[in-house]
Amino acid sequence: MSAHTVGAQPAVPTTPSGDAAPAGGRQRSAWLFIAPFAFFYLCFLLGPALYMFVASFFDASIVKSGLGNFIGLENYAALVRSSAFWSSMWHTLQFTLYTVPPLVILSFVFAVLANRMPRGQTFWRLAFFTPYILPSAAISLIWVFIYTADTGLWATVQKLFGDDSPTPVLGTPSIAMVGIAVATVWWTIGFNFILYLAGLQDIPRELYEAASIDGATPWQQIRHLTIPLLSRTTTLVLLLQIIASLKIFDQVYLMTNGGPGTSTRTALLFITDTGFADYRIGAAAAASFLLFLVIVTIAVIRQLVERAQQKGA
Amino acid sequence: MNSHPPTPGPRGPLSRRSLLRGGLAAGGLGLVAGTAGCGSPLAAGLAGTQLNPGTVTFWNLFAGGDGARLQIMLDQYREQHGGADSLVSATFAWGNPYYTKVSLATLGNKPPDVAVAHVTRASNLAAAGLLEPITDDVLALAGLSADDFSQTAWKASQFQGQTYAIPMDTHPWVLFYNADVCSAAGLLGPDGTLAPIEGVEGWEAALTAGKEASGGFGAATATVADDSNNWRFFSTLYRQRDGSTPLVDDGGLSVTMDDELAIDTLATMRSWVEKGLMPATVDTPGAETLMFTGQSAFFMNGEWEVTTAQSIEGLNFGMSAFPTLYDTPAVQADSHAFILPRMDRSAEQLERAMGFVTSMLDQGLTWAEGGHVPTYLPVYESPEYRRITPQSSYADTVDYAVYDPAAWYSGSGSNFETVVGSTVGLVQQGLTSPQDAVAGIRSTLETYANTPNPL
Repeated sequence: MSAHTVGAQPAVPTTPSGDAAPAGGRQRSAWLFIAPFAFFYLCFLLGPALYMFVASFFDASIVKSGLGNFIGLENYAALVRSSAFWSSMWHTLQFTLYTVPPLVILSFVFAVLANRMPRGQTFWRLAFFTPYILPSAAISLIWVFIYTADTGLWATVQKLFGDDSPTPVLGTPSIAMVGIAVATVWWTIGFNFILYLAGLQDIPRELYEAASIDGATPWQQIRHLTIPLLSRTTTLVLLLQIIASLKIFDQVYLMTNGGPGTSTRTALLFITDTGFADYRIGAAAAASFLLFLVIVTIAVIRQLVERAQQKGA
Repeated sequence: MNSHPPTPGPRGPLSRRSLLRGGLAAGGLGLVAGTAGCGSPLAAGLAGTQLNPGTVTFWNLFAGGDGARLQIMLDQYREQHGGADSLVSATFAWGNPYYTKVSLATLGNKPPDVAVAHVTRASNLAAAGLLEPITDDVLALAGLSADDFSQTAWKASQFQGQTYAIPMDTHPWVLFYNADVCSAAGLLGPDGTLAPIEGVEGWEAALTAGKEASGGFGAATATVADDSNNWRFFSTLYRQRDGSTPLVDDGGLSVTMDDELAIDTLATMRSWVEKGLMPATVDTPGAETLMFTGQSAFFMNGEWEVTTAQSIEGLNFGMSAFPTLYDTPAVQADSHAFILPRMDRSAEQLERAMGFVTSMLDQGLTWAEGGHVPTYLPVYESPEYRRITPQSSYADTVDYAVYDPAAWYSGSGSNFETVVGSTVGLVQQGLTSPQDAVAGIRSTLETYANTPNPL
């Protein structure tokens, strides 16, 4: 959840830079400025990613030197047959389905409400954003305390309402993921909230004025003004959210470590277990590559949707 | 919709360039200051030298009561070996995360001098080539020999005939009882300790009497949030049965579980829940609380929970080996052991490491108070150990302790325990049938058995 780009306005191909400066010198200095970043990008992202892709065709083990034997697509074939892999992919999808709708819809609702507050906006902005600045370890501790079986905060509340033996949230396979999703929504909603609020404040007041003169009700204003004008922000929020959810690791690792059993083991946990606990780095590389494909597919779909939106606009 | 502010022009006496220059200089100074201190981690890391020459680094996985007792033992070592600098110790969360750290640190050539490992995990570390063999010569450095240890644990510390770990204890899964409840239920013998329980009928009778006396349950053990505990319960009962085979064999290459016996054992475990003798859904703190507060006569877990039980004011409790309900005595157990991760060490470093191990073994009585059965015979056979009650009441279990079957995916806190234990827990909670559970366990274990061994 670390690498969010806070670019609320996606780059629109507007007018190209008009001045026709001597291109050669500018290009050289551009490369110079990019070089430090490019170096680290090559060393720590592209390089390892390439190594990973190559390793996925070998039976590489972390405790043996070198890549091991070339086994072609066997790692991939074994993964496709493995129920553990598919169930971890399903858990990732499950988490995505549980978190994305509330994180998009609720943050929109809260942003609209906060934007309507005549005063004290800073307070609301802060209130919604504060959880987001906490590290994942802190929010995990807080929510593990809340969910503690029998004596935790949630169990105590349930007991107040007459449930003598409340089900432990993180100890029950069917609802453990819901528990993690709730914690995540509380934790990260502030980020989308801020994006929406920024978008809202960019909408010119005159539009609302004109609308209300034309007799539009507040609901009609939201329906026909706010939502369409925020559609760019929404596609961005959706994409960032889906990618963040597909990368889900911290909270699950810290709150349940994939348990009970393997009922909350997500794709990244599966990859970590395979690569570092089981030493099977080749198989883990293949699983990473499959997850990479899924994420790229989603990013491409988003790009296509955005292009369609631009044509429509 | 473009609301970017205009780019501010250069202003004021403090230009961006001079600021950058100043920042660089300050940063450089900081770096120099950081590396200047002798023995700083950064300098040692850059130069690839030993972090603190003359210091033993020790990694372990002991939390809770074990951690507190270990601290006493480490302080004692420090006192005898020249102060705080003689030892650096680090504690990590146990299970896969711990073993992953030990493995990666060893592969990165920065392992601790000595580490703790369960013997069921040490064999895998050895197979991966991450451990120094403990030869007779190495043992002799500390004045030890193989005869100084309980043989069950010592044999479990071997991999392909070579010793790779020095066992410090055996930790069986045991029975805790609330003495007041058991007394009211008439379950205590004339000496005030638990009267022997034999066979499934005897166990069910004891649980029924305990349930009546407590008004709650007969026995309690975690069924959720502790997969290893579920596995220990199941393994203990299953291996007590005649003809039960280890769940996997051939180093994990074949699944050899006796499905019929496993189904029957799980069904019996579930029946105790159905009869109301045991709670269906409870975690370890919850199960423990039931026994502590007199709502259950018995509580089952690893013996290390003795520290928690002792901290409860006014609790009158006892411990015993888990009774033999079937044909042969058996209890699931493992041993904590000292390992020497593979690295280039000088003779001095090796001697220092072994000196540390000896110091820990010599303080075995302190360790035994935490419930663990010492494997170092001079401590095990000492009258002082026998006087530690109730911790010595299950000392005999070391003779029939059953360790987890050897496999690259097995051992304490491993995938094996998670896979089997979580399914056992589902049966106890009534969320799956014994038949489906055993089929599920078999198919998952077969997947592992068919996966090429990465070691």
